Amino acid sequence: MAAKSDLPQGTLDLLILKVVALGPVHGYAIAQRLQQVTRDVVQVPQGSLYPALHRLENRGLLAADWKDTETGREAKFYRLTRKGRVQLETGAASWQRLTEAVGLILQLSAGGAQ
Amino acid sequence: MTWWHRARTLAPRRRKQMEEQLDKELRFHLDRHTADLIAQGRHPEEARRQARLTLGGEEQVKEECRDARGTRWLEDLWQDFRYAVRTLRQRPGFTAVGALTLALGIGASTAIFSAVNPILFEPLPYPHAGRIMMIWDSFEGVRCDVTFHTYRELAARSRSFEAMAVMEVWRPAMTSATQPERFDGQSVSASYFRALGVAPVLGRDFQQTDDRFKGPHVAILSDALWRRFGGDSAIVGRQITLDGDLYTVIGVMPRGFDNVLAPSAELWAPLQYDAGNITDYESQEWGHHLHMVARLRPGVGADQARRELNGIALAKIAEFPRPPFASLQHGLMVNSMQGEITRGVKPVLLAFLGAVLLVLLIASVNVTNLLLARGAQRRGEFAMRAALGAARPRLIRQLLTESLLLTALGGALGIVVAEFGVEALVALSPTGLPRAGAIAVNGAVFAFALGITTLVGLLVGLVPALHAARVDLVTGIQQGSRRTAGGRQLTHRTLVVSEVALAIVLLVSAGLLLRSLERLFAVAPGFDAAHLLTMQVQYNGHRYDDDSARRRFLAQALDAVRRVPGVAAPAFTSMLPLSGDQYGVYGAQFEDGNGYDVFRYATTPGYCETMGIALRRGRLLDEHDTAGAPPAVMISESLAKRQFPGQDPIGRRVHVGPTNRPWYTIVGVVGDVKQGSLADRQTDAAYIPATQSWFADDAMSLVARARDDVTALAPAIKRAIWSVDNDQPIVRVASMDALLAASESRRRFAMVVFEAFALVALVLAATGIYGVLSGNVTERMREIGVRAALGASRGDILTLVVRQGMTLTGLGVAIGLFGAAAASRALITLLFGVSPLDPVTYLGVIALLAGVSAIACWVPAWRAARVDPSITLRAE
Repeated sequence: MAAKSDLPQGTLDLLILKVVALGPVHGYAIAQRLQQVTRDVVQVPQGSLYPALHRLENRGLLAADWKDTETGREAKFYRLTRKGRVQLETGAASWQRLTEAVGLILQLSAGGAQ
Repeated sequence: MTWWHRARTLAPRRRKQMEEQLDKELRFHLDRHTADLIAQGRHPEEARRQARLTLGGEEQVKEECRDARGTRWLEDLWQDFRYAVRTLRQRPGFTAVGALTLALGIGASTAIFSAVNPILFEPLPYPHAGRIMMIWDSFEGVRCDVTFHTYRELAARSRSFEAMAVMEVWRPAMTSATQPERFDGQSVSASYFRALGVAPVLGRDFQQTDDRFKGPHVAILSDALWRRFGGDSAIVGRQITLDGDLYTVIGVMPRGFDNVLAPSAELWAPLQYDAGNITDYESQEWGHHLHMVARLRPGVGADQARRELNGIALAKIAEFPRPPFASLQHGLMVNSMQGEITRGVKPVLLAFLGAVLLVLLIASVNVTNLLLARGAQRRGEFAMRAALGAARPRLIRQLLTESLLLTALGGALGIVVAEFGVEALVALSPTGLPRAGAIAVNGAVFAFALGITTLVGLLVGLVPALHAARVDLVTGIQQGSRRTAGGRQLTHRTLVVSEVALAIVLLVSAGLLLRSLERLFAVAPGFDAAHLLTMQVQYNGHRYDDDSARRRFLAQALDAVRRVPGVAAPAFTSMLPLSGDQYGVYGAQFEDGNGYDVFRYATTPGYCETMGIALRRGRLLDEHDTAGAPPAVMISESLAKRQFPGQDPIGRRVHVGPTNRPWYTIVGVVGDVKQGSLADRQTDAAYIPATQSWFADDAMSLVARARDDVTALAPAIKRAIWSVDNDQPIVRVASMDALLAASESRRRFAMVVFEAFALVALVLAATGIYGVLSGNVTERMREIGVRAALGASRGDILTLVVRQGMTLTGLGVAIGLFGAAAASRALITLLFGVSPLDPVTYLGVIALLAGVSAIACWVPAWRAARVDPSITLRAE
C-alpha cells in the first residue's frame, strides 16, 4: 500500500457533506464510510471528524437528531439541510473545476512546452 | 443560529445538556469501534485502547467540539467570570488593596475630568456655541474693553454677525422689609440674549425700544431670583424698586440658563447709553469699559469676521468720528467665547489633568506589580491547567478577566471617590472658576470612568497575564522552580523604577507650588492685615444722586461706627486692596507731562493709619484736608521713585483723573500696597481725600481695627451704619486676613490638588517598593539562608536588600528628575518667586523620596536579616 496522503485543507467538510447526503448517518458510520470510500488512501483523522461535524451543524449545513440504531442504542444521526445541499453542490463543482485545471497543467508539463 | 440561541447556551442547564450529548456521542463512537475491533478478533482491552488511540485525546476532541459550536467565547466568559469572582474572594486582602489602589486612581481622574470637561471640552451651553465670539479693542497688542460708540459703529457697519451686544456690571440695590440688599446684575444692550441664543421663558426679551437713552425702566430676572420673589408667573408686568426707581419686570430667564460671562448675575436691564452726542469724547459712551459679545451668521467663519472688522477698523468714515484713544488703529481682537472663558484657567486645568493621569499611572503600575506577584504564586495552578489542555490564549483571557473584574471593582469604588472628590473640588475651587456650576458627576463623566477603567483593566492585566501564560509545563509544576523568576523580577523592577520616576514628577510639581505660595505669603502686602474688619457699603436711592449727600453719609456713618465698643479707627476707601476691586485705575499726570496709570484711592482721614500703611515721607492725609482746603495727594513709593528718582516729591503737583481741575499737591509718600494680588508688581497709587475727589464713588469700603475677634463685631458695625440710613446695602463683610487668603485662592487650590496627588503618589510608590522587595526576599529565602549559613552577618544581608531597593529608587529618581524638569514648565504661570528648576525643591523631594523608600526597604530587609538558615534550608 502506498503512503497515505494528508487530506487537503477544507476537503474534509466536503467529504462529510457527501457522505451525509446519502442519508441520515451517525458519526462512527461516517468515519467508517470515509475510511472505505477513500480506500485508506487518504488519512482521515478521526479526531477532527467530530469538531468538523459540530462546526457544520453550527453553521446550519447539517442537522442532527437522536435516534435508535439497529442495535437499539441511541445515537446522534446527522442529515443534510437545504443549505448543506447547496453548499455540497457548489463545493463539489468548484472542486471539479480545480482538479480539472490542475490536471490540465500537469498534462501540459508532461507533454513538454509547446 | 441566532445570537439569542447562542446566549441561551449560556444557561447552565442547556450547557449541561450539551456536555452530556457530546459525551454520549463520543462514547457511542468508541463503543462501536471497540465492538468492531473485537469482532475482527482483537482482545477487548486491546480493542478499547486501539479505538481511543484512533479517535485521539477524548478531552481534546471535546474541547475542539465546544470551540466549533461557536458559543465558546460566551461560555468561557461566563466560566472565567465565575472563576475570577472565586479567586478574588479567596484572597480578600489582595483584592482590597488592588481595588482600593485603583479606586484612588480612577476616582481622582474621574473627579478631575468632571471638573475639566465642562470648562475645556464641552461646548458652552448655548445653541451653536461655536459661533459666539468676543470682540476687544486693542492697544499695543494688549486687549481692552470697547467703548459704546465703537460698538455702535461695528454694529452698524459689519455684516458678519447676526447679533452684537455690549454689557457691563450692574449692581442695583433693593430696599425690602428686612434688610437692604444688593444684587449682581448686568446692564446689556438689547441683543445680549440673542447673541447667546437664549430667550426668556416667561415674558419677552429686550427690544431696541427698551435700550435707548432715558428709556423705560425694565428688567429681566434669573430663574433663581424669580423663585425668591415667589415664583409667580404673573410677575411679568409687576414693578420692583431698584436703586430707588421702579422697574417693570418684562421677562424671566429659563431655569437652566448658564450666564457664563457673569455667572452670579441675577437680573438684567437695558444699557440705555446716549447714542447722540458722539463728539463728546469725555462722556461715558467713549469709556473703554464694555465687554462685547457677538454671534456669527451661519456660514461665516471667525477669520472672515476678523478680516471684516479689521477692515472697518482701518477705514474710518465721517458718520462715526473717533477720538485718538479709540481710533481702532491697533486693530480689533475677535476670539471665540469658549477660548475667552477658559483663557485664564486652561494651563492650570491641563496641569491637573496631566497630574491626575500620572497618579492613575502609578496606581496602575502598583496593581500590575500586585498581579504579577500573585501570578508568581499561582504558577503551579497555571501549569496544571495548561497540562490539562488549556491553550495559552485561553489562560491569558482568564487572567485578563480577573484583572478586568478587579478594575471594575476599583472603578465602582472610584465613582464613590469621584463623588467626594468633586464635592471637595467645588468647595475648594477659587472664585471666578468658569462654569463651576456645571461641575458634576454626569453621563459624560461615567463614560470617562468606564473608559479608563476598561483601559486600566487591560493594561494592568496584560503584562502579568503574558508572564503567567509563559509557564514551562514541567518546571512550573515543580514548586521550587526559579526559572521564570528572572524575567518577572526584571519587569517588577522596571515598574518600580517608573513608579518612582512618576512620583518624582508629582512631588516636584507640588513642591514648586508649595514654595511659590510660601514666597507669596512672605510678600508684604504693604499693610497690616491682622485684626482688620472690612465691609462694603453701597449708596442706594435718589437721595444720594448728590455727591454732597454721599459725603455727609460717610461722615455720619464714621461717627456712628466710632461709637461701637471695641472698634478702633474706622475709615472709608473707594478701593480695598486684595478685595477684587478693580475699577479704580486712572491716569496720573505730572507737571512735566509724564503720565502713569495709577490706583486711585479716595479715602477718609485716618485710612493709612488704620490699614497700617507706612509713611515714607511728608505727612498723611488728615481731617484738615477738607473739600475747601487745597487739594492734597499722597503717592506710593514706587510712583515716587519712578517720577522723582533721587528727588523729593513733596510739594510737586499732579493731576489724578481729569486734567481740567486744580492740581493736587503731593503732601506725602506712603509704602507700596498690593492691590490685585500679592504677585502684583504694579503698585503705583495716588491717595486723595474722598472730599476732594472729582466724584463721589458709588460704593465705599469700610476698614476698622478691632482688638480681638473682628468678625464678631460685624453685626454691631452694620447696625451702626444702618442707624444713619437703613436703606444702604452692606456687602462683602470679611476680615482682611480672609481677603488676603482668598486673593491667592487659585494658587492655593492648585497647590492643594497637587499636594494631594503627590501624597498619593508617594504612598503608592512606597508600597510599590515595599511590595517588590518583600516579594523578592520571600523568593530568595533560600539564597539568603545559604548566605547566612556561609557566614554573612545580619548587617551584610540588610545592606544587600536595602542596596537593591535603593538602587531602584535611585534609578527612578534620576529618570524622574528629567520628567519633572520638563513638567514644571507647564506650571510656570502658577509659580511665583521660584524657578521651575529650584534646587531646594528638587533636593527636598529627592531627600523625601529617599527617606520614604529607605523605610519601605528596611522592613523586608529586616525580615531577610532575621532568616534562620537552618529553617529555610530545610524547608526546600
